[in-house]
Amino acid sequence: MTTAAVALPSTVSNGLSRGWVETLQFLRDRTAVIFTFAFPAMLLLLFGTIFGDSYDDTGVSASQVYSASMIAYGILSTAFVTMGSGVALDREDGTLKRLHGTPITPTAYVMGKLILVLILSVAEAAILILVGILIFDMPVPDAAHWLTFAWLFLLSTFACTACGIAVSAIVKHARTAGAILNVPVVALQFISGVFIHPITQLPSWLITVASLFPVKWMSQGFRYVFLPDSMKQYEAASQWELGRTALVLGAWCVIGLVLCLVTFRWTEKDR
Amino acid sequence: MSDDAVEVRDVVVRYGATTAVDGVSLTVPRGRVFALLGHNGAGKTSLLQVCEGFRAASEGACRVLGLDPIRDHDELMPRLGIMLQSGGMYPWATASELLHLFASFSANPIDPGTLMDRLGLHKTAKTRYRRLSGGEQQRLSLAVALVGRPELVFLDEPTAGMDTEARHTTWQLIEELRADGVSVLLTTHLLDEAERLADDVVIMREGRVAATGTPAQLTAAAGIDHLEVRAEAGLKPEVPFKVTEATPGEYTIAGTLDAAAIASVLAWFAREGAQVTAVNTRRRTLEDVYLALTAEQLTTGKAGAGR
Repeated sequence: MTTAAVALPSTVSNGLSRGWVETLQFLRDRTAVIFTFAFPAMLLLLFGTIFGDSYDDTGVSASQVYSASMIAYGILSTAFVTMGSGVALDREDGTLKRLHGTPITPTAYVMGKLILVLILSVAEAAILILVGILIFDMPVPDAAHWLTFAWLFLLSTFACTACGIAVSAIVKHARTAGAILNVPVVALQFISGVFIHPITQLPSWLITVASLFPVKWMSQGFRYVFLPDSMKQYEAASQWELGRTALVLGAWCVIGLVLCLVTFRWTEKDR
Repeated sequence: MSDDAVEVRDVVVRYGATTAVDGVSLTVPRGRVFALLGHNGAGKTSLLQVCEGFRAASEGACRVLGLDPIRDHDELMPRLGIMLQSGGMYPWATASELLHLFASFSANPIDPGTLMDRLGLHKTAKTRYRRLSGGEQQRLSLAVALVGRPELVFLDEPTAGMDTEARHTTWQLIEELRADGVSVLLTTHLLDEAERLADDVVIMREGRVAATGTPAQLTAAAGIDHLEVRAEAGLKPEVPFKVTEATPGEYTIAGTLDAAAIASVLAWFAREGAQVTAVNTRRRTLEDVYLALTAEQLTTGKAGAGR
């Protein structure tokens, strides 16, 4: 059995094969599917129903604001939490080790995960947008706004995924991954204008802190996409700040990628 | 550079204060089946992990197919097949999906369907991994190691948890691999497995090499072969070996018995005019060697504790 003079499959094709099995694997675990998708949607229904008032002069209801902002939560939940705990689990149960004993590259591994995360995030965003439009009468945006949505969505998903993989390196046991990863997720949502809006109710130093992280910019961007222009008066800078949003999210993509490359391990440190 | 499949020189593996492998050297020639034999915790898996590039040796050197398993990982992996003891399979994916996935990583894989048939896994093709029995998971893991047509395979306890039939299929498969020129390094604690399959055996004990050689060399070396002779009771054979008559007329002669020695013993019976009705020789088995070595371990262990 000598190796024939055939080239090894490319990283891209290995990544696609892995993405396919990752997706099958995820969709068959019904408990994970239900909890991953249902939780953000349930929170949106709760918040949207409890806080139904309108913002002065704009005719926009709090439930519509939540619908837009919660897309940021949906992406955090599918990209950051699912990815972070998924990689920690792969490391603990030997999936990464087994793959390390094959010709595939770390990039092909991450690609497989990224495909899963993209599919999940698209589905999650679709559910939240549908709930917003169908239940809370959130207006359907025009084509230009959808274009913004597209780059915002991709940058957000990529930044959260990269950070999730990076954070998985400090998770000691997959069992505790969910708990650990949800701490930054919940904390950032309170200070980033997802749960509490207008964000200007927060002390200014806290807004400064939130501005260092991607979630504030994600939720602000999604509010730009789905809410009327007049709503910008409730933002921290009274502006949508799309350029700065792109800049901060782009920076987090780079930071996350560097952290990934520096911290990525195929196996657990000890045993 | 040597042309051996695996070359391990003075390898030490430490986990904190524990030394799992303590200065092991061994050579696996190309195209041979090499068995690492030992108790659980003897350091077999740790040594294998060094060869597989999963772990750096604390000391010593390891070359696999002439390459460094960690530095040359990308060049080496397409030529290796690795069967892990457990873990690392997607529980919700089916056996067939998993094998196709691993096949898709190789340049020229064996057809997954054929391989599954060969390993008796065709009935479980659509079964999710979590629903496979232990032996089926083990066979799938073996298929994953072989699907890329490797030059060298590392099998960590390949038949653990398999039933007798699956074990024999696996043994046949390993023999076919050798016939195809594939080199095999396997760990086992099954003595019949090592005796049947291995060209070379290394018995490991407490992280060190306790004995090494072909199964025949190992079993011949220490010389406790037995010659059993049945004749009339009450004879007193005058031979330079230990003779016991456990039941009347059943003589057991123990010692290093080459052909000349056996001839001299039988010659004594002939000179006495004894009515010899049965002659039987019994070779020491690998199990005898292994038990002798591990008994030594127990004795030294007790002496160490008493000190």
